[in-house]
Amino acid sequence: MPAKSGSNRRPETGAFFQRDRTWHPPVLTPNYKTSVLRSPQKAPLSFDNTLSEIAGPVFGHAMLGELDADLIHNFARPGESALGERIIVYGRVLDERGVGVPGALLEFWQANAGGRYRHKRDGYLAPLDPNFGGCGRTITGEDGGYAFRTVKPGPYPWPNGPNDWRPSHIHFSVFGHGFAQRLITQMYFEGDPLIWQCPIVRGIPDKAAIETLIAALDMQATIPFDARAYKFDIVLRGRRASLFENRPEGN
Amino acid sequence: MAQSLDRLRESPSQTAGPYVHIGLTPNFCGIGGVYPSDLGATMVNDKTKGERIGLRIRVLDGTGTPLKDALIEIWQADADGLYNSPAELRGAADPNFFGWGRRPTDMDTGLCTFDTIKPGRVPSNDGRLMAPHITLWIVARGINLGLHTRLYFSDEEKANAGDSILARIEHRVRVPTLIAERNGDTYVFDVHLQGEKETVFFDS
Repeated sequence: MPAKSGSNRRPETGAFFQRDRTWHPPVLTPNYKTSVLRSPQKAPLSFDNTLSEIAGPVFGHAMLGELDADLIHNFARPGESALGERIIVYGRVLDERGVGVPGALLEFWQANAGGRYRHKRDGYLAPLDPNFGGCGRTITGEDGGYAFRTVKPGPYPWPNGPNDWRPSHIHFSVFGHGFAQRLITQMYFEGDPLIWQCPIVRGIPDKAAIETLIAALDMQATIPFDARAYKFDIVLRGRRASLFENRPEGN
Repeated sequence: MAQSLDRLRESPSQTAGPYVHIGLTPNFCGIGGVYPSDLGATMVNDKTKGERIGLRIRVLDGTGTPLKDALIEIWQADADGLYNSPAELRGAADPNFFGWGRRPTDMDTGLCTFDTIKPGRVPSNDGRLMAPHITLWIVARGINLGLHTRLYFSDEEKANAGDSILARIEHRVRVPTLIAERNGDTYVFDVHLQGEKETVFFDS
């Protein structure tokens, strides 16, 4: 699947901005217990991106199925739909320069309206919805915009503390243009009091950083008598201009 | 006050969690019919150029127990050392090799396998060739920010000795943590998240 772009823009080949690791959760967040034995203890090796980090795969719109961005229907029996609060999630993928990222593959997954995942390792009491699988995907347009339709996931208890509950959330996996931009994160919902009690959320040290993961209710983007809307922008690492870099020919 | 640089900040990472398969390999975890196949499950076809190799990768926690709920993505150049990417300006990569793969670790054994080709050499920023390598990105429950590292090849001793990234590793005793052992057509690679043999992870 080589990149087919209709534009004659020169591809960007600059290295990505240094990642601010104090803005992300640290590797070790003891209140999220699983991190204790899964967190590297030695300092990572730092180096400026090489082509191996700057380059990345391109996914074409042709791979998408008609219902990929419609979790209400992509697993449902014909004529039926998933149970729950119908919502539209929309936004843009930008980079740290504020530039929209076109052609970004977004994959998302979530629990059903009762807080239950369709997974053999999830034994929560809430029932499975026979019409809800819980996965979807899309690719951003020219301005970095995207949208999908789903039901609002329920909160659920999880084995960490004796009584920890995850806030309602949707997992996002994002491909930018370079493999060094690869990111997985979670989207939370405005007004959910569980956000501020969650050990996974609270692994992020800065309250302002947490707030960037909370989608805003947008009544202007709703579909009347059908679905409410939440707006969620995602920011990937920015990239340096390579114009004045002194590199040997061919690099 | 000076002018604002008008920069945004990267969205903070959150763990992929225990149910990452639902989103990234739904067919693997029994959610059929949504996508025809799991993305990245097949990397080579009959026409792909290069030496066929297998990778057998495990990710071990601080007790030495393999993770059974991790997901690994790999990214590599083709047999001639070209990436199938718009950022590749040196030429067109093999159209039969996408260069990217994604596989979950087995839910019982923790083993993660890829069928791919051995990559060619890619130049570093100073123009010298790096040793053949495959970039790895690892996510799982308990991993707050996806882990980047590289897999190098045990039968490329000379190239490895001249590799500009391996050369940056201060404690030379840690270099072997990035080198997969050849066993027939297969390379075996254990990623240690912690401990004496902790893998060198990258901040790049």
